[in-house]
Amino acid sequence: MRRVLLKSMAALAVSTAFGVAPALAANPVEVSLYYPVAVGGPVTKTIDGMVAEFEKQNPDIKIKAVYAGTYQESIVKALTAYKSGTPPTIAVLLSTDLFTLIDENAIVPIDGLASTPDDKKWIGGFYKSFMENSQTGGKTWGIPFQRSTIVMFWNKNLFKEAGLNPDKAPANWAETVSYAKKLTKADANGNVTQWGVKIPSTGFTYWIFQGMTTPNDTILMNSAGTQTYFDKPGAVEALQYWVDLSAKHKVMPSGVIEWGTTPKDFLEQKAAMVWTTTGNLTNLRANATFPFGVAMLPANKHPGSPTGGGNFYVFNKTSPEQQKAAMKFIRWATEPQRAAQWSIATGYVATRPDAWETPEMKKYLQEVPAAGVARDQLQYSVAELSTHDNQRVTKALNDNLQAALSGTKTPEAALKDAQREATRILRSWQR
Amino acid sequence: MNRIHSPLTPWLLLLPAMVLLLGFTHYPAVATIWHSFFSTPKGANPAVFVGLENYALMIDDPVFWRVLTNNIWFALGTIPVSIALAIMMALWVNDRLAGRGLLRMAFFTPTVLPMIAVANIWLFFYTPQYGLLEQVTQALGLPSHNWLGNPNTVLGSMMVVAIWKEAGFFMIFYLAALQQISPTLAEAAGLEGASRWQYFWRVQFPLLMPTTLFVLINALINSFRLVDHIVVMTKGGPDNASSLLLYYIYEVGFSFWDSSYAAVLTVVLLLVLALVALVKFRILDRRTHYQ
Repeated sequence: MRRVLLKSMAALAVSTAFGVAPALAANPVEVSLYYPVAVGGPVTKTIDGMVAEFEKQNPDIKIKAVYAGTYQESIVKALTAYKSGTPPTIAVLLSTDLFTLIDENAIVPIDGLASTPDDKKWIGGFYKSFMENSQTGGKTWGIPFQRSTIVMFWNKNLFKEAGLNPDKAPANWAETVSYAKKLTKADANGNVTQWGVKIPSTGFTYWIFQGMTTPNDTILMNSAGTQTYFDKPGAVEALQYWVDLSAKHKVMPSGVIEWGTTPKDFLEQKAAMVWTTTGNLTNLRANATFPFGVAMLPANKHPGSPTGGGNFYVFNKTSPEQQKAAMKFIRWATEPQRAAQWSIATGYVATRPDAWETPEMKKYLQEVPAAGVARDQLQYSVAELSTHDNQRVTKALNDNLQAALSGTKTPEAALKDAQREATRILRSWQR
Repeated sequence: MNRIHSPLTPWLLLLPAMVLLLGFTHYPAVATIWHSFFSTPKGANPAVFVGLENYALMIDDPVFWRVLTNNIWFALGTIPVSIALAIMMALWVNDRLAGRGLLRMAFFTPTVLPMIAVANIWLFFYTPQYGLLEQVTQALGLPSHNWLGNPNTVLGSMMVVAIWKEAGFFMIFYLAALQQISPTLAEAAGLEGASRWQYFWRVQFPLLMPTTLFVLINALINSFRLVDHIVVMTKGGPDNASSLLLYYIYEVGFSFWDSSYAAVLTVVLLLVLALVALVKFRILDRRTHYQ
């Protein structure tokens, strides 16, 4: 009896080893992928589905997808893993982390891995404004994946109540103020019950600020990430406008406005217009009890918004086979059809013009024309603030923007301080 | 039965505890101090010895001073209030009253809830216009206020959350201590005709002293250890008005990747905590009456 059992076990083992294994591959290359979740919706499920489909088509590659938290937590995990010698093969991290990753020597340039003319064509196929945060020093370091821009949402009912055309958002700064004045309501005690506009100022303060400097024809840094221009007249003007919305025009609450509660303010109809990422589109569509519109950010000298979101990066200290497999996956995941699917599932902007030509995307745009706003805005978009020692430079700017918004510094003094601090931090990179 | 009385035996018995103590307490502390004298390794550049340069940097850092001042205010603002509240709640739920269990549970709930979730709820309490706080103040006809968005009120608002969380936790210790007090003391006081206040002030409070000391040390350590509410509710803003020492250490260490400067800041934290321990063992312990 015992012998029979042993024999059958051995047979089973042999059949597993020789019978089933060849159907897969002898030795699949293992690739790990760290990714964050930064918007609502079943992102984890979508990624798992993508990985499963890729593995079915490429049995010689095994992808281990790891949900790594927020963007901030993801880079902490990826860099800590890298420093301890076991980096992920691929990570989806903020496009603004570019210089941090290069300075840590943590990532490999994509051009080294994708060098055929066909590959070059693929890299050239992304929106230019998304590539601004992906290339530096003549090299491509990141591939755009979950990217976004800032857009303005407006409440059509409240517009109608205020006697405004519900189908037309304010097109420029002056119109924003005059519309917002009509949309701001106070009760008998003088307490405001409904604000004309809410522009959040925590979490991504610098990013939102770029939503005002970009239309004011002002760029905040050079593409090498070694210089900032925070105190340029155009930037001071932009911050003055932001401060004036509450201090002078009284159409926005004073003090700092929480990023996380802004979509809720909009849903509660406490703010008639809000600025937030296009990534909130799906969330707002699902929860709004009133008709709303999506518009490009108001123009001043011209329209404009910074881009935002995450790129694929390939890490150093991984084997050439892994890097090759990583490249294959990244290319597969950013194909037009996949980019379209991803955009529809999450609300992010599809990263390539040809993705918008796919039948799925065309159908989606017919159902949800608002999804096209972020794309149309891309032609006016500039890179999100990203420099060497990025987090530190960004904090210097954020702190000072908040100081100006809460009235402890004038816009000019705040931006001068921010610029001085940034120059000090970036000193060693300017040599 | 072999009986080995070697001089090694006590050391072997101590070994497991020693390994843990050295590995998780002493080694990290010493390593932190050591690293604080070096520059941060970055990419191809290894760490080099820079002496006290990182410390000089810290003395010059306005954010550090801001954060330290915030932390001292935070400790001064939260500790006395949460301890007083804890004693009051403990005295209350120690009495024989209907629904005592429910009340105890209600007071203890803040302590067992995950802080991240709680911080998210508090974020909406403080939300201008439709937050819970706003609805109360509006009903009373008071003006609207942006609690977390104003540098003058943000730290106070964070203190309230900390007190709300800590008081229930400390109440448990006081409740345990109150139940240790022999009922004969209450009877004796009753016979002497002592008022309730006299009984509390002359009998209960002195007997609670060891607990107060324990709670005080914990509260002090907690106030320098607090980080989770800040991450969720304010990220230290606006303009560092609600940033505390540990949050700043996290920011420097894991946002800026400046591990040497984070080490310097950690040394300051270590010094603060060492000072607390010293005050406890050298001064307060001697003046405390243990039963």
